[in-house]
Amino acid sequence: MCLAVPMKVLHVEEMTADVDIGGIKKRVRLDIIEPKPVTGDYVIVHAGFAIHIIDEKEAKITLGYLKEVLACGTETSQ
Amino acid sequence: MELKHLNEYRDRDICRKIVEKIRVAARKEIRLMEVCGTHTMSISRNGIQGLLPKTITLLSGPGCPVCVTAQGEIDGFIKLSKMEGVITTTFGDLLRVPASESSLERERAEGADVRIVYSAFDSLEIAENNPGNEVVFLGIGFETTAPTIAAAIIEAEKRGLKNFSVVSANKLVPPVLDVLMKDKRLKLHGLICPGHVSVIIGAQAYIPLAEKYHIPCVVAGFEPADILQAIHMLVNQIQKGESSVEIAYRRGVTFEGNNRAKDVMDKVFETCDADWRGIGLIPQSGLRLREQFLSFDAEKKFDLSIKETKEPDGCACGDILIGVKSPTECPLFGKTCTTTHPIGPCMVSTEGTCAAYYKYH
Amino acid sequence: MKKDKILLDHGSGGGISHKLITEFFLAHFNNPILAELDDSAVFTVAEQTLAFSTDSYTVDPIFFPGGDIGELAVNGTVNDLAMRGAKPLYLSTGFIIEEGFALADLERILKSMKRSAKEAHVLIVTGDTKVVPRGAVDKIFINTSGIGIIPEGVNISGKNARPGDKIILSGYIADHGMTVLTHRAGMDFASSLQSDTAPLNDMVAEMIATSSQIHTLRDPTRGGVGTSLNEIALQSGIKIKLHEDAIPLRDEVNGACELLGIDPLYAANEGKLLACVGPDDAEVVLRVIRANRYGQDASIIGEILAESTGSGSGRGRVFMKTAIGGTRIIDMLAGEQLPRIC
Repeated sequence: MCLAVPMKVLHVEEMTADVDIGGIKKRVRLDIIEPKPVTGDYVIVHAGFAIHIIDEKEAKITLGYLKEVLACGTETSQ
Repeated sequence: MELKHLNEYRDRDICRKIVEKIRVAARKEIRLMEVCGTHTMSISRNGIQGLLPKTITLLSGPGCPVCVTAQGEIDGFIKLSKMEGVITTTFGDLLRVPASESSLERERAEGADVRIVYSAFDSLEIAENNPGNEVVFLGIGFETTAPTIAAAIIEAEKRGLKNFSVVSANKLVPPVLDVLMKDKRLKLHGLICPGHVSVIIGAQAYIPLAEKYHIPCVVAGFEPADILQAIHMLVNQIQKGESSVEIAYRRGVTFEGNNRAKDVMDKVFETCDADWRGIGLIPQSGLRLREQFLSFDAEKKFDLSIKETKEPDGCACGDILIGVKSPTECPLFGKTCTTTHPIGPCMVSTEGTCAAYYKYH
Repeated sequence: MKKDKILLDHGSGGGISHKLITEFFLAHFNNPILAELDDSAVFTVAEQTLAFSTDSYTVDPIFFPGGDIGELAVNGTVNDLAMRGAKPLYLSTGFIIEEGFALADLERILKSMKRSAKEAHVLIVTGDTKVVPRGAVDKIFINTSGIGIIPEGVNISGKNARPGDKIILSGYIADHGMTVLTHRAGMDFASSLQSDTAPLNDMVAEMIATSSQIHTLRDPTRGGVGTSLNEIALQSGIKIKLHEDAIPLRDEVNGACELLGIDPLYAANEGKLLACVGPDDAEVVLRVIRANRYGQDASIIGEILAESTGSGSGRGRVFMKTAIGGTRIIDMLAGEQLPRIC
């Protein structure tokens, strides 16, 4: 229902940030995000607005979990 | 290595292993609904249903804003686009949706000034650059999009833009889920909850639903591994007889949600009853402009009396939207209703259930 | 359909365009040469087999990174000829120019046409210019037609693909479509995306010199790789299996597609070809393509299967093994892809 993509923050101004996905750069609004992202953060962008700062720690936990599933999966499939 | 939060979740091995886990866990017939149209798209585009064991059925829900926009509302949009001096701005999604007589695309061919924008904010620029015209943004979407429209309205007020207004056809997800859960025909075992709506409203929004209807709810992201992980979590809950709210998309969604976005939305909009295409009137499921912002309300400004209209004969979009019927059960599907000649909204929208079925199955 | 009007979708190169062509143009003009519906018409004049093709160019913006409308107009027709195995020789060109168009811009376009024609070894031998009142066209429209000769023994057509053939794609997809889309007014993207516009006739000549097993060639322009493969499947009466993993896609193009909700399989290419090649020659042809400056990133992206009985509707002829191991149908593009947020 709502197309949104993770984009890396390159530069932050008061109400806008320049963000990048795969080399495509776009200026997005920061009206509906708090705290404001900082350079290097990944944000979820929807319809020209940053709506969320991606939680790197949670992302690592999720990926770790998925890889754990991977490890266990190998055992059960043997 | 730096995470880019995209391809990591498209890994074939990870996906295959989660599928194996699901296979082991899913012993009985399980019916899950993905509420969100972007999930429907991702499931189809990645061929996820075909990877799952036969015991798991995925049903598509009402989470496509274009599909649930009432025909009367679309008629209103079209009426607007025909008015002298009006520039209508809209997301590309809405352009082809057929109303009773026409579509925005057809009106554009007749000479209407209909412009596709990427953001509600882009409409402000258009209003500033065309002071002799009225610029009307056609506001559709759920809780993800509504705050962006609210922010544009606040900015328009700040800039003193008098020639900018919005039709608010925004809709809310929890009320429609409540209606779905009451439908005895559905027999759902779990809900794959929308990821980006939940970025704003938080996973807490589904707690009343889980408690009232004893239905497991898992918020999912949009990459294949995200969706499979959510299915795995749902299957686990179902096997254990649990019905709690969990998040399989923790990098994007919290229980609390985005309070700043909620405040902005709340400042501009208040809830109202809303008409959902194919479903009907749902109390407190829509958003209208608060009194303070009524000067931005295009419905008032242009005296659009939005009326309810009849669905096309034979079109099963209503039942398809709530997962009671699958597209192949509609008498029009693939025969008179195709992506080239869509009749109902589920075929028009890229993420509509029928379009996804037609294109990818 | 009579009371209906032409919509932009009718020009998208997808299913709706296809319907317009068969129900209107073919209905009125039908003859055996046209009915082939290939990139070029092929016929014999005084014992010489000729390829003849025409195309009109309207693009917004007219100048874009990697090229302009003039370069597209030359390369497009050169490529349409080359897709029948022809050696392009002569082009005609017609201009429809909006009143008020800057002469400097016209000259810039002519210079790039000259450069492209030189690279493709073709001569622009006849032309026409019309100027219309402001608003009657958007800046400048260009038509080119071209004639080429088909070497003896060469028989390349959309209907010649056979079960067992490998499908080679000559490089990254969707570069042109996404470059143009992200540079439209109001989109405001910054990127180093570049159109892939290029003449492919040298590449084709090198391929033909190497193998006699090249059955079908097509340049996947409007409608993209997805639509072109559906056309081939339909014309040849075969099925096509693709491998998502093998389809070359730049990060940047992928980013633009993610952002705008566009499927790169349906976005335009202006310097790529699809080749259906007999399995024994596929590797050697791939090497030849990769040795060409416009084919360095070529890849075998799928294969041709025999058509199973009873799929008369034409749907499900092209399918893809997805990156995660699922299966998905690749249909023809229905109408023009629009940026979307939902």
